[in-house]
Amino acid sequence: MYTDKVMDHFSNPRNVGEIENADGVGEVGNASCGDIMKIFLKVDDGVITDIKFKTFGCGAAIATSSMVTEMALGKTVDEALQLTNAAVAEALDGLPAQKMHCSNLAADALHEAIKNYREKQK
Amino acid sequence: MKRIYMDNNATTAVRPEVLEAMLPFFCEQFGNPSSVHWAGRAVAGAVEKAREQVARLINCSPAEIVFVSCGSKGDDFAIKGTADALRDKGNHIITTAVEHPAVLNTCKFLEKQGFEVTYLAVDCDGMLDLAALEAAIRPQTILISAMWANNETGTLFPIEEVGAIARKHRVRFHTDAVQALGKVPVDVQKANVDLLVVSGHKLGAPKGVGALFIRKGTKLTPLIHGGHQERNRRAGTHNVPAIVGLGLACELAGQELALKMEKVRRLRDRLEQGIFARIPEVKLNGHPTVRLPNTLNVSFAWIEGESLLLNLDLKGIAASSGSACTSGSLEPSHVMGAMCVEITLAHSSTRFSLGPDNTEEEVDYVLEILPPIVQRLRDMSPLYQRHLTCEECSIVKRI
Ligand SMILES: Cc1ncc(COP(=O)(O)O)c(C=O)c1O
Ligand code: FES
Repeated sequence: MYTDKVMDHFSNPRNVGEIENADGVGEVGNASCGDIMKIFLKVDDGVITDIKFKTFGCGAAIATSSMVTEMALGKTVDEALQLTNAAVAEALDGLPAQKMHCSNLAADALHEAIKNYREKQK
Repeated sequence: MKRIYMDNNATTAVRPEVLEAMLPFFCEQFGNPSSVHWAGRAVAGAVEKAREQVARLINCSPAEIVFVSCGSKGDDFAIKGTADALRDKGNHIITTAVEHPAVLNTCKFLEKQGFEVTYLAVDCDGMLDLAALEAAIRPQTILISAMWANNETGTLFPIEEVGAIARKHRVRFHTDAVQALGKVPVDVQKANVDLLVVSGHKLGAPKGVGALFIRKGTKLTPLIHGGHQERNRRAGTHNVPAIVGLGLACELAGQELALKMEKVRRLRDRLEQGIFARIPEVKLNGHPTVRLPNTLNVSFAWIEGESLLLNLDLKGIAASSGSACTSGSLEPSHVMGAMCVEITLAHSSTRFSLGPDNTEEEVDYVLEILPPIVQRLRDMSPLYQRHLTCEECSIVKRI
C-alpha cells in the first residue's frame, strides 16, 4: 500500500521531538480523522536552522511529517512557505488516494509554524 | 521473519482436512447437483450431507438451511427478504448500533425505501439494554436483528433473552452469528431464532460461502430470481466445493469447540493480562467477561491504530484496528463510537483475534514486541507530551 520512501520515513522518522523556546510553533488537527500534528521551528536570519515534529496519526501522517521537516530544514521561511502538500506527497513517491488528506496536514503545520514565527517577530 | 496471525475475526485459513474434502469436487465430481444423471447425483448427495453438517452445528433441521454466497449475502437476504415478505404487516425494523455493515447498511438502504429503523444504543461495554429493546417494539415492528457476537470487540449479546422478547411480542428475530460459530455454542432452538447467518471463512472453510437458517414457516421473499435451486429460495448453481468445505468445517467446529476454545481463551487471557501488566494507560474495549474467548480489543492511549499496526506488521504480527486511518473513511469504528469510546482512543483501538493455531510462544513474542512500539509512538505523539505536562487533560479522565 505504501511506497518504500513512505515506509522508510515511517520506520525511521527524521526530526522527531520538540524545540525548547522555539521561534515558531504550529499545530493543526484534522478533527474528523483524529490526526494531530505539531511543528517546532528555530529560525536564524530568516533561515530555518532547526525543525522538529510530533504527530498523532497513521503511517502516511508520520511519513509526511518527517518528510516536510527534511524538506524545510535549511530553507528560508519564504522558501518554506512555497512547499505544498503535493510536493511533500511527491517527494514520498506518492500516497494512497485515501491518504491524501494526511499530506495536507504536514504542509499546513509547517505554514502555521511560520505564521506563528512571523507574529512573534512583530 | 516470524509470522504471527492474530486476525482470525477478519478471516481464517482453510483447514487442511477441509481443503482435502473439497478437492474431488473440482475435477472428478464436477457435476451440477441439479442434474438427474450420474454426474449430478453424486454431487447432490455431497451438498445434502453438508446441509446436515451445518444444521447439526446450530441444532436445526437440514431443510431449514439455505446455502448462500457469503455472510453478507445471508444478512442481506434475511433482512430484505423479510422487509418484502412482511411489507403488509409493518414497516419497522429494530437493530443495534454495533452491527456489522452487512446489517447496518442493508437497514440504511431500507430506510430509503420507506422503512423505519431503530438503532438500539449499547452501553460502554458494548452491551445491549433488553428493556430498551422491548420498549422499542411497536405494532408495526416486523424484525429484530441483533448479532450474536460483535466482530470488533467480541461482546456477546444476551441472545436467548432477545429471542424470548421477540417470541413474546411475536416479532421475527434475525441474528448474524458469523463471529459466534465455532467460538461459542449456538443453538437456534434455545435462542428462539428465526433467521441466522453463517459465513464459511471465519471457521476454516473458504471465503465466498455461507448459510442462512430459515426457521420452518418463515416467509422470506427470494432476492435472486432464477432457477429452482434451494427449493426456490435462492437461485444459482451451487458452489459445490465450497459448500462441502463449509459442511466439514461446521462438523469439526462442533466436535472441537470446547477443547479448542479453552486453549484459545487461555492464550487470549495471557495476552490481555500481559498487555495490562506491561503497558500503562490501556483501555479494554468491549465487555470484560461476556465476550468471545478469542477476541481482545484494546486502545493504547495517545497513539493511532494504523501506525501501530504497521509497526506490528514490520515484526510479522497481523492484527487489525478500528482507526479511521485503516478504513479509508474519515471516521473511526462505529462500534467504538457507539460504546462512548473517546475519539482518540477509538482511533487507537487495536483488535487481536486469536485462533487455535496460535501458541504461547507467539503470545509472548507479541508481549515482547508491543511495549517498545507503543512507547516509541507515544514519544512521537503530541497528545502524550501534552498529557505529561497537563494533569487535567480530559482524555486521561475518560479512560
Ligand atoms: C459479524 C459479521 N457479519 C458479517 C460478515 C460478512 O461475512 P462475509 O465476509 O462472508 O460476507 C462478517 C465478516 O466480515 C462479520 O464479522
Ligand atoms: S492520519 Fe488518518 S489517514 Fe492519515
